[in-house]
Amino acid sequence: MTMLEIQDLHASVEGNEILRGVSLSVRAGEVHAIMGPNGSGKSTLAQVLAGHPAYQVTKGTVRYEGKDLLDMDPEERAREGLFLAFQYPVAIRGITNSYFLRSAVNAIRKHQGLPELDPLDFLQVLEDKLKAIGWDDSLMNRAVNEGFSGGEKKRNEILQLAVLEPRLAVLDETDSGLDIDALKTVAEAVNKLRGPERSFVVVTHYQRLLNYIVPDRVHVLAEGRIVRSGGKELALELEAKGYDWVKPEAAVA
Amino acid sequence: MTAASVIERWIAQFREFAANGASGAPAWLRELRDGAIGRFAELGFPSTRQEEWRFTSIQPIAESAFTPAQSHTSHLPSLSEMAPFLVTGPRAVFVNGRFIESLSTADGMPAGAWLGSLWQALQSQPDLVRAHLARYARADAHGFAALNTAFIKDGGFVYFPARAVVAEPLQLVFLTMAGGDQPVSHPRTLIVFEREAAGQVVETYASLDGGTYLTNAVTELVLGDGAQVHHARIQRESERAYHIATNLTHQGRDSRLVSTTVALGAGLSRHHVSAVLDGTGAFLLLNGLSVLGGRQHVDHHTSIDHARPHGESHEFFNGVFDGDSRGVFNGRIIVRPGAQRTDSKQTNNNLLLSTTARADSQPQLEIYADDVKCTHGSTVGPLDETALFYLRSRGIGPDEARGLLTYGFAAQILDQVEIPGVRVGLDRIVRGRLGVAESRPSAA
Repeated sequence: MTMLEIQDLHASVEGNEILRGVSLSVRAGEVHAIMGPNGSGKSTLAQVLAGHPAYQVTKGTVRYEGKDLLDMDPEERAREGLFLAFQYPVAIRGITNSYFLRSAVNAIRKHQGLPELDPLDFLQVLEDKLKAIGWDDSLMNRAVNEGFSGGEKKRNEILQLAVLEPRLAVLDETDSGLDIDALKTVAEAVNKLRGPERSFVVVTHYQRLLNYIVPDRVHVLAEGRIVRSGGKELALELEAKGYDWVKPEAAVA
Repeated sequence: MTAASVIERWIAQFREFAANGASGAPAWLRELRDGAIGRFAELGFPSTRQEEWRFTSIQPIAESAFTPAQSHTSHLPSLSEMAPFLVTGPRAVFVNGRFIESLSTADGMPAGAWLGSLWQALQSQPDLVRAHLARYARADAHGFAALNTAFIKDGGFVYFPARAVVAEPLQLVFLTMAGGDQPVSHPRTLIVFEREAAGQVVETYASLDGGTYLTNAVTELVLGDGAQVHHARIQRESERAYHIATNLTHQGRDSRLVSTTVALGAGLSRHHVSAVLDGTGAFLLLNGLSVLGGRQHVDHHTSIDHARPHGESHEFFNGVFDGDSRGVFNGRIIVRPGAQRTDSKQTNNNLLLSTTARADSQPQLEIYADDVKCTHGSTVGPLDETALFYLRSRGIGPDEARGLLTYGFAAQILDQVEIPGVRVGLDRIVRGRLGVAESRPSAA
C-alpha cells in the first residue's frame, strides 16, 4: 500500500521557490532517507508535509493514504497520523510536557471517535509507551522543551512520536546537534517504533544516522529536486564522494 | 465639571465624614486626616498631562459623583456567595469598606497576633497602630492616596509579633455590593510582621453584584528584620468598577517578601506598588499578572527602591490583553548611593490577543551605585506563530493551541505563587477565561 505519493511538488517561502518538482513514493512500512547539501530543500519538504503556513505550495500534489494532504490543516494531518519531528523543537513556557502530550493525544482520540483520556489514564498510556522505547519519564513534568539541552529536545520529539503513534513520521534532521551516544539512543528508539504499518521519511545531512536507522531507500535532494535515488548503499557512496558528485543537471536529463 | 469643583465635592464629603462617621478617632488620626485632605486639595486628581499618568486618564472618576459606601448590615452576603473569593484559613471580611465580624474568623491565629479590623485595632491598641500607620512611605504621593488617608476609618489590620509563624494564609476580603448606588470606599490596610515573623497574607478585592463603584485602597506592608512573607493581591472587581490601589512595602534587614499582584477585573484600574528594601540583604520577588478583555484598562506603576547594600529584587509582570483592552506598565528601579552589590532584574512581557488590544511598557532605571547588577527587558506582541504551528502539528486545533499558549504565558506567573490555595484558585479562573481544561487528576 502506498503511504505517501508526492508528485512534481513545487513550494516557495516569501516568494523564493525552494522545491522545484519533487516526486517521491513511500509505501507502508518503508523508511526513506532524504539527503542533500545545505539549502537543498530538505527541511522545506518536511515543513510542507506538516503544513507549515509560511510555505506556499505552487504546484504538484501530495497524497497521503490516498487523501489530498495539501487540502488539510496542520492539525488534521496530525490527527490523520502524520508526525513531524522538528529540527528545532519549540519551547513552550508554563505548559508541562505531560499536559501538552495529553492534549495532543486527546485531540487525536477525539478525531478517531474515542473517549478522551483523563490524567490518570494518560499516565498509564505514557508509562507503557516509555517502557516500549526503554526511556524514563524525567522529561514529562518539565515545561515543553524549556531549558532542554539539544539532546533532550530531540529525545522529546521521539518521545512524542512514540506516544502519538503516527503512521507516517517525518524526522527533520533529528541527528543534528547530537553526540554519538544521544544519536544511538534516539536511533534505537526509532528502530523500536518501526513496523509494517508505519513509514518514515528521515531527513538528514549526514550518513552517520543511517548506520543506525537503516533505510530502505535513499534519495538525494539538490536545488529543490530529487537528483538521485537508490538503496542504502547510496548513502555510503555519498559519504565517500561528497555531494558534489551528484549534480542537479543529472535529473533534468 | 472644573477641577476645582471636583476637589470641592470631595472636600465636602470629607467634612461630612469628619463630623459624623469618623467620630471616636484619636487626635493624632484626626490630624493625619486633616493633613491628607489638605494635601488632596493641593494635588487634586492627576491628569494625563502628568508624565506618570500619560497613558491612564482618570477623567471618568473625576466626573462621577460617588457616594460614601453604606454598610448594608441588613443585607450581608452568604457564605456561598463569598465562597468563590475565599481561601482556607483565618479571614477578615469587609463589605463596602466596613469590617463584618460575623463573616470573619480569626481561628488559628497565635496569641499576640492580630487579624481583623483597623478601626477596632485603633480602639483596642492605638499605640501599635500609631507606631506604623502612614509611617513608612509617603502615602500622599498622588491625590488618590491622599484621599484614602483623609478617609481612614476601617480596613484590614494584620499584626505578627516577633518570631510569630502562621502556616495557613490569612485573607483580607474586600467585597463591594453596589446596590443601585455608585459607592466609593477607601479601605486602608496595615500589615506588620515584626522581626523574624513569617506568614502569608492574601488581599482580595471583588464585587458581589456588579455595578459601578470606586475602590480606592491603600495597603502598607511592613517586614521587620528577617521576616518572611508571602503576599498576594487579587483584584476581581466588577468590569464597570474603578479600582485605584497603592501598595507600600517596607523591608528590613535580611527579610524576604514574595508578592504577586493579579488584575482580572475593573473597567479602569491603576495599581501602584512601591517597595523599599531598607535593610541589608533584603530579598523581594514582585510579580504581576493581568488578564483583561473588552474595554478594560490596567496600569501598573511599580517602584523598587534599593536603599541598602546586598539587596536582591526580581520582578516579572505578564499581561494578557484581548479585545480593546489596554495595559500600561511602568517599572522603576532605584539603587541608592551605597546600595552596593544590588542584584535587580525586571521583566515585563505583554501578549496581545487581538489587533485592537494595546500595551505600553516603560522601564525606568535610576542607579546611583557602581557595583550593582541590574537588567530589564520587555516585550509586546502576539502569540508566537512557530509555537502555534508546533502545537497544531501535534493535532491540537488552532483555538485550543492559542488557549494553551496563552495559559502557559499566564502560568509563568501563577507557578511562582507560593500560597497553594491562591495558586490553585487563580489557575482555575485563568483556565476558565482561556477555555483550557483542568490538568490535575480529578478527585474521582
